[in-house]
Amino acid sequence: MRGRAPLLAGGAILLALLLCALLPGVVAPYDPLAFDYAALLQPPGAAHPFGTDQFGRDILSRTIAAATIDLQIALFATTGPLVIGTAVGLLVGYYGGVADAVFGRVVDLVVTFPFLVLVIAIVAVLGPGLGNMYVAVTAVGWVFYARLMRGEVMVLRGQDYVSACKVLGYGQARILLRHVLPNAARPILVYWMTDMALAILLGSSLGYLGLGAQPPEAEWGVLIADGKNLFTQAWWVAVFPGFAIVLAGIGFSLAGDGMADLLDVKR
Amino acid sequence: MNRAGLVAARLLQIVPTFLAIGAVVFVLARLLPGDPVSAMLGDRATDEAVTRLRGAMGLDEPVWAQFLLFVGGIARGEFGTSTAMRVPVTALVLERLPATLMLTALATLLAVTIAVPLAFVAATQAGRWPDLLIRAVFQVGLSSPIFYVGLVLLTVFAAGLRWFPVGGYGTGLAEHLHHLLLPAVTLALSFSAVIMRNLRASILGVLTAEFVDFARSKGLPRRVVLLRHVLRNALLSTVTLVGLHVGALLGGAVITESVFAVPGVGRLMVDSIFARDYPVIQALTLVLAVIVSLAFLATDLVQMWLDPRLAR
Repeated sequence: MRGRAPLLAGGAILLALLLCALLPGVVAPYDPLAFDYAALLQPPGAAHPFGTDQFGRDILSRTIAAATIDLQIALFATTGPLVIGTAVGLLVGYYGGVADAVFGRVVDLVVTFPFLVLVIAIVAVLGPGLGNMYVAVTAVGWVFYARLMRGEVMVLRGQDYVSACKVLGYGQARILLRHVLPNAARPILVYWMTDMALAILLGSSLGYLGLGAQPPEAEWGVLIADGKNLFTQAWWVAVFPGFAIVLAGIGFSLAGDGMADLLDVKR
Repeated sequence: MNRAGLVAARLLQIVPTFLAIGAVVFVLARLLPGDPVSAMLGDRATDEAVTRLRGAMGLDEPVWAQFLLFVGGIARGEFGTSTAMRVPVTALVLERLPATLMLTALATLLAVTIAVPLAFVAATQAGRWPDLLIRAVFQVGLSSPIFYVGLVLLTVFAAGLRWFPVGGYGTGLAEHLHHLLLPAVTLALSFSAVIMRNLRASILGVLTAEFVDFARSKGLPRRVVLLRHVLRNALLSTVTLVGLHVGALLGGAVITESVFAVPGVGRLMVDSIFARDYPVIQALTLVLAVIVSLAFLATDLVQMWLDPRLAR
């Protein structure tokens, strides 16, 4: 796809999901927690487009309600790494020296651990749950932002306009924040989009394994785990929440591709 | 530096890497809430038993001495005893490792087999419908979580059609393959999407290289140019990608093994977290990182061999 199409399509998907996340009560046809013993394990139909589970809860409403937690994961699991990584990358890329050499070793070390294994190991130490998952992802994920930022800044610091700023006697903070950061930010923003898709995949995986969001928190991975034992008799309980994950992933990827095109970022 | 020197230097780099991996795992273990001894012995341990184990584990020593003790133990292959299963951790890990290695190897093989021809088609048809279709399908694959794909495949092909066993690993090579095929397909799906994207871009890059124009202007048939000149050069980046992706595959194996009840180290890791079996978690984190660092080493060596310019 060329031009604005990916950005528009991705944006539309994300907007719809955001609407579900912010106003689940308005969008969802039923109360996601309400039991209905007259409609147990109903297959998808007119009354319940995604069917119902073993308590008669409406799967569509539960999937919509879960968007709140999953979009929260996309945001909270990436903001820490974005901020810390950008700051570290900006500093080591601009000043170089010992800090940069140390940073290089840290990157080499972190990429040696399988990301998921390291996150799971940290969650094992801290205990399962969303809060600890954010801590674990932030502790590891900042490295990837910092590596990207460092590369950008190293190119920019030799540019004429940075030298001009120095000649004009601008302070270092002003040069870094007003002149280097805005020019280095585009690839980071595009990566941030992709990373949000990865965060939802990671968050739902940990939720499925029982290490992320804890029931009764409605999260797509937790919903799928709830439905997995019913799969042969009532496939819809687990299948539809999965559609939501795939849709969110496609939304963030398209938005990322569109942004890369718009901002002229090569990947 | 000559080629042998470069190879030797790269081989030596593995020593500080191993030490650093050990340090990270050591620090992680120290972050555990509470005393590891009371965690291992439980609440009802006598004071005498606690003191004895503290002494035996060297917990009365200063931190640096504890680290040396820890590294020495690993060097001798001693990871302590599993608190949940009461067996030596080393034996447990060695028993579970083959299933995981076979699963990841099979998944890599499948991913490459799927991705290479499709990337070739997508790149040579760039912008036309086969390209768009292939990229759209792989985009969905890339956005599908492993546990979800696994669950659907498990239900359809194992529980429903009964073509494959529902879980486990079996005995003997043929049974292993039969048990691991569905998990491997699950694990291969997102990986093949990554390879496809990368190789497609790489082929498109090589297509515009001067040596390709030259090969064409020599009057070589299109098929020869594409296979011998374009694909061969583009595949270099795929080799690197596979090497760099070993960690992601092992992470994916943790999830896949949990879905398909494969008795590998990934499932062991998840079970150990719920059992609070810290010696096992510690050993697995370390072993998996060591495997990844060895994969990086192998990738670098293969690259030097494939592209002699790197070893000059």
